[in-house]
Amino acid sequence: MSQLNSNEPIGPLENRWKNHVFDLALIAPQNRKKYKIIVIGTGLAGSSLCATLGEAGYKVNSFCFQDSARRAHSIAAQGGINATKNYQNDGDSVWRLFYDTIKGGDFRARESNVYRLAELSNNIIDQTVAQGVPFAREYSGYLANRSFGGTQVSRTFYAKGQTGQQLLLGAYSAMSRQIENGRVTHHARSEMLEIITINGKARGVVVRDLVTGELSTHTADCVVLCTGGYVNAYYLSTNAKGCNTSATWRGFKQGAYFANPSFTQIHPTCIPPTLENQSKLTLMSESLRNDGRIWAPKQAKDCKKKPKDIKEEDRDYFLERLYPAFANLVPRDVASRAVKHICDEGRGVGVKIHGKRLGVYLDFSDVIKKIGLAQVEGKYGNLFEMYQRITDDDPYLTPMKIYPAPHYSMGGLWVDYNLMTTLNGLFVAGEANFSDHGANRLGASALMQGLADGYFILPQTIANYLARNTFDEIKPNHKKVQRALNIAKVRIEQLMNAPEAKYSPEYFHQKLGKILWESCGMSREGARLKQAIDEIKALQLEFWQTIKVTGVDQDLNQTLERAGRVADFIELGALMCKDALNREESCGAHARVEYLSLEGEARRDDKNYSFVAAWEYQQDGVRLHEEYLHFEFIKPSVRNYK
Amino acid sequence: MIFTLHIWRQKNVNTQGKFAVYEIDNIDNDTSFLEMLDQLNERLIIQGEDCIVFDYDCREGICGACSLVINGYPHGEKSATTTCQLYMREYKNQSELWIEPWRANSFPVIKDLTVDRSAFDRIMQSGGYISIHTGCAPEANNTLVEKHASDEAFNSATCIGCGACVAVCPNASATLFVAAKITHLALLPQGQIESKNRAKKLILKMQSEGFGSCSNHRHCARVCPKDVSLQNITRMNKILG
Repeated sequence: MSQLNSNEPIGPLENRWKNHVFDLALIAPQNRKKYKIIVIGTGLAGSSLCATLGEAGYKVNSFCFQDSARRAHSIAAQGGINATKNYQNDGDSVWRLFYDTIKGGDFRARESNVYRLAELSNNIIDQTVAQGVPFAREYSGYLANRSFGGTQVSRTFYAKGQTGQQLLLGAYSAMSRQIENGRVTHHARSEMLEIITINGKARGVVVRDLVTGELSTHTADCVVLCTGGYVNAYYLSTNAKGCNTSATWRGFKQGAYFANPSFTQIHPTCIPPTLENQSKLTLMSESLRNDGRIWAPKQAKDCKKKPKDIKEEDRDYFLERLYPAFANLVPRDVASRAVKHICDEGRGVGVKIHGKRLGVYLDFSDVIKKIGLAQVEGKYGNLFEMYQRITDDDPYLTPMKIYPAPHYSMGGLWVDYNLMTTLNGLFVAGEANFSDHGANRLGASALMQGLADGYFILPQTIANYLARNTFDEIKPNHKKVQRALNIAKVRIEQLMNAPEAKYSPEYFHQKLGKILWESCGMSREGARLKQAIDEIKALQLEFWQTIKVTGVDQDLNQTLERAGRVADFIELGALMCKDALNREESCGAHARVEYLSLEGEARRDDKNYSFVAAWEYQQDGVRLHEEYLHFEFIKPSVRNYK
Repeated sequence: MIFTLHIWRQKNVNTQGKFAVYEIDNIDNDTSFLEMLDQLNERLIIQGEDCIVFDYDCREGICGACSLVINGYPHGEKSATTTCQLYMREYKNQSELWIEPWRANSFPVIKDLTVDRSAFDRIMQSGGYISIHTGCAPEANNTLVEKHASDEAFNSATCIGCGACVAVCPNASATLFVAAKITHLALLPQGQIESKNRAKKLILKMQSEGFGSCSNHRHCARVCPKDVSLQNITRMNKILG
């Protein structure tokens, strides 16, 4: 095992980013147009980066698999974005957001990165307001705030339950402006299939045009992946159907280390599964926990009753009971585990799936009484509507039913302080990288991270990389370019022509999802993880033997797209289990049943596991590297939300 | 539940399409419309046939990818709902459903139920933004925005760019789409300075992309899955003067 260098600056925390920016090399405005940069993905990180790089004057080529940059999954983020403005005068500060995030992540994130994120948060709000993002406002005309889980201050900025949509449209509009200026060339319906590496540097990509099926190669001076998270590995998740790990997995195979793959967030408030052939799960924003009270029947015999027939004294408001200080606003991992525990005890509500009722109530009757229907409608109207549309239940009249679902991946490609991977010239931003959230992400911090990476961090660190390196021109017939193209081609041929073609991509995806959810979901256990690794290996063999893709590859073929993504999810799934098995402690969302306290709380082992697990791909398996985490400013303590 | 589906199949933009008929059974009340198509596609794979192509992504009614004209209505008959948020409980058992792509010259069919909506992106590129540089923004609370104006701007900004307004319009006009963006930015003090110029650019671009003009049929607001209102068009007309 080797140690990794994070390239963190040293010295007082509050000066680190400032000094680092000063030390970074610059590229003069007139020279920037000589540099080509490829950006994959157009969510918050990707589109904000394209906008900023374009504005600076670089030549940017961007790609997304959706039919428009505006459809990336950041669009679906509901609740809000944090910033330390302290507009509510409740004692907020950069330091407090930094502290909350480190603690919320259960002391498994890098202090320098998290402090920088907290520092940049205010500028993000300024930037997006100037773009015309219509955040919620007070009657005075000032910006409004609300609270989110894991904090005791009100620092979340929001636009009803559509904050992600508004922020993404802001970034998309800024990017559109650069497309009009000719500095950004965007390619929609284009999927990256391979990274081109030349002399140890990422120098380009192989892309499949999803309409014609044609493969093309694109070269540049560096490549940035802003391709989101991978919890679709579980099959059922709150992610969009197209979210995938393929770009990051290609990066991994080209030499970028994959960090903490087992750190996946299971979000507590989602609409419970109702059918066995359901295609996805839907999130109900965490903001609902501001006013909604979570409860389950005290006794299992009441589970089949209608909620209104269960008397107040027979209800167990278990989060309020277990965690009086944070109550319904405990962090996501804590809330999810508590919900699971209640349902495992047989106190869940709703329809039975695989013999268990998977649901608890999220009740708004108290707040409706207190502030009135109109106020509640103003705050949560669109979320209530969405709930009613899906479930046919009216949350104004009867409590919502909720259950945890895979939602976000804290793990991702390992990056240093400059957001560069272990492969030179390959940068990763947003959910696709592992930085900042440790073992559990707090609400309203994903949007913050995506935009901090795209607007403010990468434009500086990429310039430094470009200035400090020389780049030979690459001809399209360069043998490495042709080799990457060939790898992509062969893979497609294999997917199209399996020896005993029999099963659809969905068949394998569902099987993988079931294995991962049961072994590497909300609770994990050594023996079960070992078994899961074997099952996934067998599934991988079966996949390449029997995958069936109909139609032809020189065409718009969604079955082929899915097959390629599932193939990568299978390989990633094995690594997730391996990482979970290796980490013999519980921390944040990673709950090993062998390492829980008597009350069911995560028991960290700082002596042996205070590190980032970064996995290197090798021909014959994977190799673990450890980046030790040094806590100079916050002493790791037991997370306590009681 | 059992349904008879008449689904538009078209190889590509250069070939003629036609309806193909599929019977599907075993559909649950709580199955979504797109999950029904997923199930049909699974069957097609077993039969060795090419799957029916349709756009989708978030399946939460926010990304704007899904489309489909169902029995003559973009996103189906249910108001303020995207196709991905439709559930089969909305439909009578054993009924027939006609499923088609958006139909407009500016949205050419790519394959089956998928169309090319990149014209919308090009309209936005022509001026659907506030021209601000990254990093030079002033403190956010230095610009106060009246709550009502901000709420109205938000309502206009909820447009998901799906194109249902174009699909339903007899003129295939994108006026509601364009007006929503113009209104969103014009209602905010940050966006007012460029508002007249922006409105002109967007309308011109809409026309050059081949979309028709508005002649007050007002079907657009009725089918809009996000309830973007006609008031946006009134406001836009005022700005254009």
